[in-house]
Amino acid sequence: MKSQNTIFATIDWLTVALYFALVIFGWLNIYAVTYAYDDASFFSLQNRSAMQATWILISIVAILVIFVLDGRVYSLLAYPIYGFALLMLLSVLVFGTTINNSKSWIVIGPVSLQPAEFAKTATVLALAKFLSGFNIKISRRKDILTTFIIIFLPVLMIMAQPDFGSTIVYGILLLVLYREGLPGWVLILIISIAALFLFTLVLAPITLLILLVSIALIAFGLINRKYSIFTLSLIALGIIIAFFALIDYFNVLELTKYQVLALSLIIISVIGIILTFAKKIKGVYIILLTLILSIGFTYSVDFVFHNIMKKHQRHRVNVMLGLESDPWGYEYNVNQSKIAIGSGGFAGKGFMQGTQTKFKFVPEQSTDFIFCTVGEEWGFLGSFGLIMAYVGLLIRLIFLSERQRSKFSRIYGYGVTSILFFHFAVNIGMSIVLFPVVGIPLPFLSYGGSSLLAFTILLWIFIKLDSSRKGYML
Amino acid sequence: MEQFTDRKYIIGGLILFVAFIFTIRLFSLQVIESSYKLSAESNTRRMEILYPARGLIFDRNNLTIANNQPSYDLRIAPYQLEEFDTLGLCTILGIDIQSLRDGIKKTIEYPEERRNAFIKQISPATFGKLKEKQYKFPGFYFSTRTLRKYPREIASHLLGYVGEVDSSNIKLDSYYELGDYFGVSGVELTYEQYLRGEKGRRYKQIDVHGREKGSYRDGRFDSDAEAGKDIYITIDANLQEYGELLMRNFKGSIVAIEPSTGEILTLVSAPSYNPALLVGRSRQVNYEILAKDTLKPLFNYAIQALYPPGSTFKPVNALVALNEGVIVNSTSFLCFRGFHAKGISVGCHEHKTPLDLPHAIQNSCNAYFCNVFIRIIDDRDFKSNEEAYANWRNHLVSMGFSDPLGIDLPYEKGGFIPKPVYFDRYYGKGRWKALTILSMAIGQGEVLTTPLQIANLAATIANRGYFYTPHVIKKISGEESIDKKYTTKHQVSVDSTYFNVVVKGMELAVHEAGGTSQIARSTKFIVCGKTGTAENPHGEDHSVFMAFAPKDNPKIAIAVYVEHGKWGATYAAPIASLMIEKYLTDSIAPERKWLETRMLESKLKYY
Repeated sequence: MKSQNTIFATIDWLTVALYFALVIFGWLNIYAVTYAYDDASFFSLQNRSAMQATWILISIVAILVIFVLDGRVYSLLAYPIYGFALLMLLSVLVFGTTINNSKSWIVIGPVSLQPAEFAKTATVLALAKFLSGFNIKISRRKDILTTFIIIFLPVLMIMAQPDFGSTIVYGILLLVLYREGLPGWVLILIISIAALFLFTLVLAPITLLILLVSIALIAFGLINRKYSIFTLSLIALGIIIAFFALIDYFNVLELTKYQVLALSLIIISVIGIILTFAKKIKGVYIILLTLILSIGFTYSVDFVFHNIMKKHQRHRVNVMLGLESDPWGYEYNVNQSKIAIGSGGFAGKGFMQGTQTKFKFVPEQSTDFIFCTVGEEWGFLGSFGLIMAYVGLLIRLIFLSERQRSKFSRIYGYGVTSILFFHFAVNIGMSIVLFPVVGIPLPFLSYGGSSLLAFTILLWIFIKLDSSRKGYML
Repeated sequence: MEQFTDRKYIIGGLILFVAFIFTIRLFSLQVIESSYKLSAESNTRRMEILYPARGLIFDRNNLTIANNQPSYDLRIAPYQLEEFDTLGLCTILGIDIQSLRDGIKKTIEYPEERRNAFIKQISPATFGKLKEKQYKFPGFYFSTRTLRKYPREIASHLLGYVGEVDSSNIKLDSYYELGDYFGVSGVELTYEQYLRGEKGRRYKQIDVHGREKGSYRDGRFDSDAEAGKDIYITIDANLQEYGELLMRNFKGSIVAIEPSTGEILTLVSAPSYNPALLVGRSRQVNYEILAKDTLKPLFNYAIQALYPPGSTFKPVNALVALNEGVIVNSTSFLCFRGFHAKGISVGCHEHKTPLDLPHAIQNSCNAYFCNVFIRIIDDRDFKSNEEAYANWRNHLVSMGFSDPLGIDLPYEKGGFIPKPVYFDRYYGKGRWKALTILSMAIGQGEVLTTPLQIANLAATIANRGYFYTPHVIKKISGEESIDKKYTTKHQVSVDSTYFNVVVKGMELAVHEAGGTSQIARSTKFIVCGKTGTAENPHGEDHSVFMAFAPKDNPKIAIAVYVEHGKWGATYAAPIASLMIEKYLTDSIAPERKWLETRMLESKLKYY
């Protein structure tokens, strides 16, 4: 027998408290951004905070619905929900409205929704359902394939919109697979290739070359665990960096990047041969091979990008990566964001006192760049507090996931954790200029009905699963 | 599965690691570095778009046809607004307080459209007044851009006009941003990517009073605007101007081509309009007036209007017949004041009979060309009429009569030469022959062509069998050459040896007694011409004339259409001859001044 009382007793109040704290804090910041002048009726933009308040109420209704439903429906209906989400993604491509060059919105009367936001929840449900199935092993090739298909179907459709931010979120589900037993090296390999690909487009070829050579040399040092070799590697590294820096800075030889490549490969090979002749050095060939393969990959991506892709395609990729961007210019935006956050100082300027946020120096201030307002008005203390709140929530979610008796709930919990973590890392990372600009919202804080509602549903399904974990085993 | 439980530590560690990095970064941004705080204090900077000057347009003799004039847009930097004398500003600008409020509100609410000016294209007088008192209105500033100016006010259809981009342009080409200008039609559109140049940006440091304090961060983010490339078009501005003058009372068009290159010398579409009407603040209003005009002044008759070619088509049929061996130069036909057979009658005027080919062209004998067409279509060398017709059509296609010729102006129309299936569908397969479609013998019936195609025909005959795709681009500064398409010779499928007899006929038409085009005669050079009278269902026949001159080593080929001008010789031939004379001798001989006066003073009624 379960009653309302048991639900209240079993609900994880810490998560609930963190959720509401974040939502309310987010609303305050949206209010601060959109509140422009004293004469509110004249320079009014109040409707954004009012809109957000409405969405908060809608989210609460959604929470109630989630709690009224039996916890087992999510497992039972995981595939239908997933199918429905795919259908929505498909229909947005057909009937959708294009906003900011991306056909990702369904407009119904006064409400516009982004199906991609909700597709995340559906995908995690389907993933949990599949992986918790009888006799499914993530290390088995067939099951890995099915898993990847579940993840890739929505990715493909979101790519077509195109919405780069929402696409890459799905990559983080690798963490879930990792927790469920995906071999660690697969994870590292995929991450390395992805990182290499991204860096190829973002960094200058020479910088990347230095980076790769550095990694290789450090790897030499680490594998051999011998002081002399480690020193040798570091000296070689220093010489190479200095050499490239000179070439790059003075450009005395007027080399093309491919000549630099050839030159560096010669140098690397020479170093490799020297190291081979030195005694008892381990891993020379494997590291050298990896290095050459990486460089080969880098340059082929670079070649395809610059010589085979057409100008407009390149431009699109660059815009996606934030290299070429909106009319205001990439560097300018990023710099504005940095200034806004930096100007907050230790204690912040105080609620609604931010000057940078008020005048919209930073674009998308209430949506993707909401963290700038936090940084400016609440300072280091506030930002740190916010980060701690997120860390608390994420660690708590891991804890909750681990205590699930049903595999379905645990996988779902890890899915929620990973997605929230990814949004948290990428969004704040781009606001403080550690990441290129990728337009994805900060969960629970950013302005936007779809994202608030979708994150609410994502999280609260898990809270519901957790609260009823003792009632049944799935 | 439980053996992977330890992995929660790695995932948790990852989260803590990211949080740790973020904390360090925030600490360094917010606590250690004070420069950002300072930067924010004076963060009154402003990005200004530097608009490039549009490339200029010159004619073939380097005369300027389109250049630029400065224009000022008033913009608002909302974060620099302070209390100011709103009434004073409204008075200077001549607007009411409500529009000022709306404007300010808009710039604050839609910062992404900040580049969209508050008031566009302020008049020079207002600009002067406001510039003087700008210090009183912090947050208001000017941006400079250029508008088109037309020193000669000619060739409006050919030049096209420049307008503001809309969201569809922005979507198609990332170069464009809200508020940008781009070429909407004509040469401005075709060569937009050369003319537009590169925009620049400048970030300026502004003090609290809105005064510029130099560039932001030593101009690290600045870029200069790069002016658009100048283009040289093949038009002869003087001839173009003269052509527009001659056509001022008519509806129709003039197309003149230099045969040896395919360069368009003149492209007149009448009624015309002053290109300056579509510049600046009044563009919208004027555009609507022009768009509503029943004579369609915005329509480019020279390349978009389709007419029956009339008798200018006869040389084409003569050429095909010679090439197919169904007639020779001396082949003669009788004319009984027309052609009469089996219930079909095509009338003709009074002339000597029988005539050989050159004289048939000279007299434009309808009966002769009916017989020629019958011989072409009922040619026994082909299995069927249909095949003979298809062969005839192929010759026409090679002369550029079917698809658009490919001139470098937008919206060119192609002609209409029906395919055999067209008649199959209409009359039934195998149930039509030459007599069924006889009106095409004299350029009537189904066949339709544009004035440009007729001018191209004149150029092809002038060249004795080849043409270059007509084009208006001569040179783009900074570019090695123009599109290859315009320097490739097109040899038509009729052998060049057959052209001389047609040329002879066209010479006789102008220079021998009895010719239909004697009015086009000049004493200084030999003109070869062919009149046409295009029947049409809308009223009086169109007056058509095509010609080239001089006969040997031709310099100009021309086609003139005057709608409802009746005979080719009434208006089209005189206008063409005056154009030719003007181009070849730079003036009109005194003994022909009367003709010029008559053309300038004639008026036709159009509705």
